[in-house]
This record gives sequence, structure tokens and C-alpha cells, in this order.
Amino acid sequence: MYVVRKFRGKLSADAARSKNIYFLFTANKIKRENFTMILFYVFVVLALVSGAMVIRAKNPVHSVLFLILVFCNTSGLLVLLGLDFFAMIFLVVYVGAIAVLFLFVVMMLHIRIEEIHENVLRYLPVGGIIGLIFLLEIFLMVDNDYIPILPTKLSATYLTYTVYAGKIHSWTNLETLGNLLYTTYFFLFLVSSLILLVALIGAIVLTMHKTTKVKRQDVFIQNAIDFQNTIKKVR
Amino acid sequence: MISNTSLKDNFLSFFFSIGFSKNFLNFLWIVFSILLLMLGVTIGVLVLVWLERKISAAIQQRIGPEYAGPLGIIQALADGIKLFFKEDIIPTQGDAWLFNIGPVLVLIPVFLSYLVIPFESNIILANFSIGVFFWIAVSSVVPLGLLMAGYGSNNKYSFLGGLRAAAQSISYEIPLALSVLSIALLSNSLSTIDIVEAQSKYGFLSWNLWRQPIGFLIFFIASLAECERLPFDLPEAEEELVAGYQTEYSGMKFAFFYLASYLNLLVSSLFVTILFLGGWHFSIPFFFSFKYFEWDLLNNAVNYVINTIIGIVITLIKSYLFLFISIMTRWTLPRIRIDQLLNLGWKFLLPIALGNLLLTTSFQLFLL
Repeated sequence: MYVVRKFRGKLSADAARSKNIYFLFTANKIKRENFTMILFYVFVVLALVSGAMVIRAKNPVHSVLFLILVFCNTSGLLVLLGLDFFAMIFLVVYVGAIAVLFLFVVMMLHIRIEEIHENVLRYLPVGGIIGLIFLLEIFLMVDNDYIPILPTKLSATYLTYTVYAGKIHSWTNLETLGNLLYTTYFFLFLVSSLILLVALIGAIVLTMHKTTKVKRQDVFIQNAIDFQNTIKKVR
Repeated sequence: MISNTSLKDNFLSFFFSIGFSKNFLNFLWIVFSILLLMLGVTIGVLVLVWLERKISAAIQQRIGPEYAGPLGIIQALADGIKLFFKEDIIPTQGDAWLFNIGPVLVLIPVFLSYLVIPFESNIILANFSIGVFFWIAVSSVVPLGLLMAGYGSNNKYSFLGGLRAAAQSISYEIPLALSVLSIALLSNSLSTIDIVEAQSKYGFLSWNLWRQPIGFLIFFIASLAECERLPFDLPEAEEELVAGYQTEYSGMKFAFFYLASYLNLLVSSLFVTILFLGGWHFSIPFFFSFKYFEWDLLNNAVNYVINTIIGIVITLIKSYLFLFISIMTRWTLPRIRIDQLLNLGWKFLLPIALGNLLLTTSFQLFLL
């Protein structure tokens, strides 16, 4: 949509062109915000529906796949927030590693497809109360100022403020993260790496088997087998 | 008299003068560029299939395709048309949704990774600030497609093949990402254009290939494993598992797997040119005056177009080098077993990639 405005008096060509560009820019900005709003709602609805389907799916493999959909939609929401690096990290870590390992386990274990027709109301009282408390807490915490992508003040006179210093040399997500994570918050970084180390050692201890009784292949011993030493004429 | 308009402005103003609206033109520009790239990439895959069959025939001392078109050029197209017309069979007891979505999840991330490949300094679809990392993130979705394809086929061999393929894919993602990270350290940016521009000063002497030789070997091995080419061919082990996770597929879905494999190879070789071989720069050092023809100072557009075409041709020639090495490797080396494969990925490449990263960071600290 275009904003048409009549100019009174004579304007030079440059001023006219710059005013046109300004109006096109605001019109395009409103169009872009509409598009962002549509995308936001699409991602949110898909994420919530997928989350509900995680617990409703009969086949556990379908559950994990819906969980993957939740991660992908969350990654899209992160892109809308302007955190492109974190969106990609979500894809790499959550979808590419965690969900794949979940899928390995779920596919290889003999998990029978459960019947959910009975027993579905068994957990409703306590589960419902906990769910309602959770929702109440969420609504208390969430304010429109915390989530800037909610289009609550969308109108033709929507004023945004521009950080002009950011337009000259803006840091990428990765630079910002690096500047904070390894300097001010280095302790958290080291502690989280220690937690991962503990998990790693735990996994190795659980799956380690005794190395003396296990048959292994050793290519060098196999290549060094000599006919004289292996075959013996008995009679 | 230097004109300030770019190719995009000229294109858009031409269509605007016919009578389209500006928003539709922006949309049209995006769709046009994407379609052009997809067309180019598909033709590239046809050329790649022909190349592979001819080179493999030469290695095995036979001729290869020669009846379909001159020198067998149309053979790949004929194979594609044949696959298009085959019947689409879905196993009855298998999971129909997973069976159908599997090939799609394998093909689309590979097409998405063409977004960040620059063929020239302005010829890139999306110049993200996280360029190369986008490729790594999006190619992490491929193991999911393999698992879905294997599981939904209701076939023990397919299931085993799918599990092996997914294990191979996730094992070799980490050394791949670490070698790319070392390159990003050297170039101070993850954007592909910045990585190529950082290799532009001294011609081929400033290639990242010399600055990261270990990284190049790791990237080469890891990308061959990600594309499931021999010697990492086990998911598709033609003698052992029938065709691995692709067993139950016919027609267009099989064509998707086939296409995804060659597209992945093409995108890997393009990334090798970008990350290690200097991209679109004409790499004879100090001979840079040759590249920028000054045909006509008044006509900047012809200058621009010819330089762009030279850049694209140089990128394709450099990626052909890696393609040739990949195809030679496929028909020279034997296949490795699954336990040897996983050993190689976790116990050999991962420590070496970490050591490479450590070495790179030490040199960066030391030399600055």
C-alpha cells in the first residue's frame, strides 16, 4: 500500500525523490512488520500444536519427530528475534544431535505402541492444577515489553527508536557472544564444560567392558601369521 | 561518466516501466534468482553424473555412456526421465508418512545450502553473517531423513542401513564443523564472501589450503563421509545391504536420494573452493591486471558482466578439481567397515580436528 501525498509548492527533484523513498520505506516497513507478525503466529501455533502432539502421539517415534518440529519452530522464532547464530545452534545441537540420538534409542528399543484410550483422565486433577499454576506464572512474568516481537502497538504512527551507532559497525551475534561468554561469564562457561565432562565420564563408565576377555582384531598380528607356526603336522 | 546503477536496479526498472508494482518486482527478483540457481545446480548435477560415469569408465578401462547423445551427454537426463515415469511403491505395513517425508528431508537441506555459496562477489543468494555455519546447521537435518527413510520401510535391511547412515552422518559432522571453525578463525568471519576475500591478496599463495593443510584433509574426508561416497559407502553398500535405506524406494523418491547425493557432492566441492582454494579470484599472484578487462570505459556494464562470468567460470573450474579427486577416490579405494568408519570419525579425525583448532588459535595469538 502506498501513502500518497500532494506536495504544495515546488520541490527540487532530490527532495521529492527522498520523500518518496521515505514513504516507501515506511510502507515497506509496515509490510515487513505484517509479514513478521504472520510468521510469528505461524511458528508459535506450529510449536504449540507439535508440543501437544508429542504427548498425544501413539507411536513413540512420532513423538520424537514432533519434538523435532518443536525445536525447528523455536529456531524460527529465534530468527525472528534477530538471534541468527542461536537459531543455527538450535538446529545443530538440538535437532542434529539430541533428537537424532533420541530417535536412535526409540527406534531400537522394543517400545510397544500404547493405547491411550483408557487412563487418559487419570492424571487430569493433579496434572491440571500444576499446568494451571505454570500458566499463571507465565502470564505474570510476560509483559509486552519483554517480548518486542508481539505486535501490540502496530499502527501507522508506530515510533521506533534507532540505535544509530549500531548502523555504523554492528557486531554479529557471534562477536557479542564471544565478548561476553569468555570474559565476564567465563566461570559459567567452565562450570558447564565440567558438567558435560561428568556426563561424558558417566557414559563411558556405564559402557566400558573388561578389555582382557574381549576378542579384538589386531591387523598386525594377523599379518604376521606364519604358516610354519600355525599349521603343525600331527600324524 | 560512470553509471551508478547495478544489474538488479536495471532489471527492476525495466520491468517497472512495463507496469508491474514494486512489491511484486522485489518478490519476482527473489524468485527469479532462486529459480536460476536451482536450474544451474540441476544442470550441474547432470554434468556431474556424466562426469562420474565417464571418469569411472576411464579408470576401469571401458567407455561409459555413448549412445544417448554425443559422448553420452544426455544419459543422465534419460535416467532422470526414466525414474520420473516409474511406479511409486509404498510398503503397506511401513509407516507411510515417514516413508514419504524421508527423501524430502534428505534433499531439501542440500538445496538450502546453495543459498550461501558465492560464485562471484555479488552473485550470492543470501549473504548471511553466519554464512558457512548455516550450511553446517542445515545439513544436520539430513540424518533425520535417513532415519525416517530406514524406519518407515518395514525392512530389516533398510532399518540397519538407515541407522548406519545416520551414525555415519553425525559422526563426521563434528570434524567437519571444527575444520570450518578453524577457517573462520583465520578469516575473522563466518560469512563466505569474507572468507574468500581474505584469500585474495597474493593469488594462490594466500589460499587457505597452505594455511590449513590438516584442516583441508579433515574437511575432505569428512565431506566424503557426509555425502556417503566411497570409501564411506556403507549405508548404500551395494553388495551387503541391497541398497541400504534406499531399498524400498522407487521412482521419484529414489531419484531424490540419487539427486541429494550428487548435489551434496557438488556443494561440498564448491565449499572446498570457497574455504580453501580462494573462490572466484583468478589465482595467479600479482597478475591481477589480467582479470579486469577495460573494454570500454564508457560502458561499465559489459565490463561488469564479463568479470562476473570469468569469476563464475573460475569457481567452477576449481570445484571441478575436487570433484575429480572425489570421483577418482570412489573408484580407487575399497569400502571401509562400519566399526572402522566410526573409529576413524571419533578416535582419529575428532582429536586431529581439535588439535588443528588448537594449533590455529595458537598461531593466531602468536603472530598477532
